[in-house]
Amino acid sequence: MLHSGRTPVVGRRVQLMATCLCDAFHDDVAAATVEVLERLGCEVIFPEGQTCCGQPAFNSGDWPSSRKVVRHTAQVFAGSDPVVVPSGSCAAMVFHGSLLEFEREEDLPAIEALAHRTWELGDYIVNGLGITTWPGRFDGAVALHRSCHTRGTASSDAVALLVGSVAAARLVEFGEGEQCCGFGGTFSVGFPHISSAMGDLKLEHVRAAHPDVLVSGDMGCLMHLGGLAAREGAPLKAMHFAQFLRDAALRA
Amino acid sequence: MKTQQIDQFAAGVSEETRHAVYDGSKVGHEKRTKVLFDHFGAPDRLRRLAGEIKQHVIENLDTYLPAVEARLAANGVKVHWASTAQAACEAVHSILKARGATRLVKAKTMVSEEIELDAYLRERGIESLETDLGEFIVQLDHDHPSHIVKPIIHKNRAQIAALFEKNGLGAYNDDPATITQRARQFLRHKYLEADAGLTGANFVVAESGRMVVVTNEGNARFCLAATRCHIALVGIEKILPSDGDLALFLNLLARSATAQQLTVYNEFILGPRAPGQPDGPDETHVILVDNGRTDVLASDCRDILRCIRCGACLNVCPVYRQAGGHAYRSVYPGPVGAVLSPLLLGKRFPEKADLPKASSLCGACNEVCPVDIPIPDLLLRLRDKAHTEGVPSPGTPPMGAWALMATRPVAWRAALAGGHLLNHLPTSLIPVPALRAWEQSRELPPWRGGAFRAWLKMRRKPGTGT
Repeated sequence: MLHSGRTPVVGRRVQLMATCLCDAFHDDVAAATVEVLERLGCEVIFPEGQTCCGQPAFNSGDWPSSRKVVRHTAQVFAGSDPVVVPSGSCAAMVFHGSLLEFEREEDLPAIEALAHRTWELGDYIVNGLGITTWPGRFDGAVALHRSCHTRGTASSDAVALLVGSVAAARLVEFGEGEQCCGFGGTFSVGFPHISSAMGDLKLEHVRAAHPDVLVSGDMGCLMHLGGLAAREGAPLKAMHFAQFLRDAALRA
Repeated sequence: MKTQQIDQFAAGVSEETRHAVYDGSKVGHEKRTKVLFDHFGAPDRLRRLAGEIKQHVIENLDTYLPAVEARLAANGVKVHWASTAQAACEAVHSILKARGATRLVKAKTMVSEEIELDAYLRERGIESLETDLGEFIVQLDHDHPSHIVKPIIHKNRAQIAALFEKNGLGAYNDDPATITQRARQFLRHKYLEADAGLTGANFVVAESGRMVVVTNEGNARFCLAATRCHIALVGIEKILPSDGDLALFLNLLARSATAQQLTVYNEFILGPRAPGQPDGPDETHVILVDNGRTDVLASDCRDILRCIRCGACLNVCPVYRQAGGHAYRSVYPGPVGAVLSPLLLGKRFPEKADLPKASSLCGACNEVCPVDIPIPDLLLRLRDKAHTEGVPSPGTPPMGAWALMATRPVAWRAALAGGHLLNHLPTSLIPVPALRAWEQSRELPPWRGGAFRAWLKMRRKPGTGT
């Protein structure tokens, strides 16, 4: 899922797409994203009319509903500033999925324009702004869960670079890292048995590596894994890398 | 909420079967990755190149097919066209009938599974014997293959040993070498008694008319050597432009399918025995099978016709690993099957319209595909097709109300506020089936709707910080 044809970054003003999951459940991740971006000197605009990227309906096959939401999103995020998203999945929806469902639509150019200036947060920091190290420290082992929608993008490497650059942070590998955690949006409720089995397997691998924290760039994955772990009575310490970076910098 | 059919199937898979499938797939995938990256500096570039070549072929099938037909005919091959499964079965039968043949030995071919040739011939008094060890076991057990390359990935050796014992192939012995030896002894006579040999073809080269058949057991070679009539069942998408392309494709196929540098036996077949040649069949027939492929070609999912049937997408697929191949109710299981099987049904697409849903869209299939098929994109297109055609989809949450709110910021913010009920009501009282499906095995985090927006407002008020 290569992100091609991207508009180069000029200046440091960005529009934040907080994602519906952060809007509803994970407010601290959106807050951490603001703080991380501001630390880098970015002016963060939050368009109030934003809702969702359109992915739930897109993945469900209800493309007409999804296109309505994508059109709304494209209107809300008008302008030329980069749109930064603390989610590999929502970012991929904007720069890849929406193009697929707009292939035969007249307003494809408007959707393409948004796609070309939309960045996953880690990718924006490393490849948009050219920042490759992060201040502060974290004394412990960090397991990085690569979310599937960052396959073939620069995001996984970017996040690993930033998290790994934090003083004393030690990245630990775990088994079958390329395997999906089983979230998959509506997949998690349409296929609850398979989804949970996939998640349990991921948890088993992660726990075997004994990390102090599990870090990812997608709250969907962490909500699913965290929800499974909590139900099993063995809560998992997990956070978004924006939270990890913000907290690390506070320990500088 | 009703869950999807494949999820229900997966829930009923025995631990024994799930382990067999999981372990077999995982090992296959890990070995493949190692051998590809050990041998090639940039395997992804090879995958993309191979994908471009196959895409070129399928987009120019109208010129490649007549070219192939002409080359095959020039090589002395009799070419038959079969637009349906029925026509393909009839073509095989009529060739056999004309020779008075009643015993057929078969190498592994997925097309023969697709057209259900075995049953067709049995009904007409013709013995059609599988000679690939895995397919032989499937046939003995009246089972179906559950993997494109490893048909018995769902069985363990104890089950196979018991099956052999039941069928008079020696006392129970689950040593793999013994099992193989017994199958070999049984099959060896069958080759010699057979009247005709049937194979598929991994590739047919347009430039030369050369057919390529690869096996690891040498059974295709036995089929060809021991009989006087060779029949090849070939899907119309199996074409490569030139002999030179085989270097790329044989390298990728062996590594992707079985993590080998090269499959053990590679048959390069030009046609029947020429005068003066000591062996080879007197007759070579190629049956070019459509059976829905031209409909696939006409669709926006035609990229799936690039597939070279290596099975790498099955091995890496987390859903396949949990559910096994039989969950897909199709000859072609796994990610490739989830695209191909419903499409090959043509107008009966709705019967298998649930298969494209059986994916978290993780993209691992595309990452390993030797011809770089964008499988997740195709799965998504088929979900759109199913929705457009109004195929019911139990287990897919309806999206209308969501879209209504997600296009009206005021309604959205009201929903963010209203969601706080979730923190106070038991799930059973909340009329959202998807939530209940979530909570079967997972806790839901506390609802914090609107908290970020409030935080941002507070923070940006003059005199309250930044």
